[in-house]
Amino acid sequence: MIIFFVLAIIAVFGAVMVVTRKSPVASAIYLILVMCSLAGLFALMGALFLAAFQVIVYAGAIMVLFLFVIMLLNLRRDEFGHDTRIIQKYLGFAFALLILIQGVFILGWAMKDYSADAGGISMVESGTTPSETVPPDDYSSAESVAETLFTRFAYPFEITSILLLAAIIGAVVIARKKQPGQDGGEED
Amino acid sequence: MPSLEYFIVLSAILFCIGVWGVLKSRNAIVVFMAIELMLNAVNLSLVAFASNVRTILARFIQTVPVDQVSDLLRTSTASGQVYVILVMTVAAAEAAVGLAIIISIHRMKDSVNVDDVNIMKW
Repeated sequence: MIIFFVLAIIAVFGAVMVVTRKSPVASAIYLILVMCSLAGLFALMGALFLAAFQVIVYAGAIMVLFLFVIMLLNLRRDEFGHDTRIIQKYLGFAFALLILIQGVFILGWAMKDYSADAGGISMVESGTTPSETVPPDDYSSAESVAETLFTRFAYPFEITSILLLAAIIGAVVIARKKQPGQDGGEED
Repeated sequence: MPSLEYFIVLSAILFCIGVWGVLKSRNAIVVFMAIELMLNAVNLSLVAFASNVRTILARFIQTVPVDQVSDLLRTSTASGQVYVILVMTVAAAEAAVGLAIIISIHRMKDSVNVDDVNIMKW
């Protein structure tokens, strides 16, 4: 429980810092902090494979891509995009707060229903005590996840590979520098 | 381990901070980071539901034959995590294409301020 609150506070603090920092590099570093604390939360829930995946893919690959682009653009201080419109700043915060209140309200309503239904009967009958809500390790191990991914989700997995191929080609085509000699030859 | 509600509330808070970032920031790169934050919040709730599938299943345990419970637990837990893997893949693809667009816009306009990009506005 203490671990959860420590990780949650780190994650929320990092997320607020991502949004409020002026420099995008600082935002990216704080985003890595958020990713790592979320990986800790995944591990806390028993999803060790996903925790490793989160650190490798998000904190490793995606954030390196972000930092690489930030460095590549070589922005000057005044190009960082200051939050000039004061009304947008406060209205944005108000809307986000509104969504949060709405979400928590709906969640509280749904959970009241849920705990009233789940109550005493079924949990005790199925031999499950609330303290052992974490599935045994083999349910969320890399082996079990891989088995599901390659059997039940084989078709979405193949579609994902096509999506990645499209993303690779799209990224190369969009970010390509236009050659001076072939202005008319550009088809995109 | 804390119960499901804590993780869902944390996920909602992170998602709303992401929404705040998208609405507030003028820098396109920070907008993208806020979108990544929102995707991560959704991942957290997916993993939370997948890990607590035993508690959720307890509610419907009467309608499930007893010999299928173990199988159902295994497939549901693993399925939730496979969803997270697919979301991460889509997020990676989205980040690659989005950052390519940002580079292209910066080359064209010499700026990454989203207020400067209004060629499709009217």
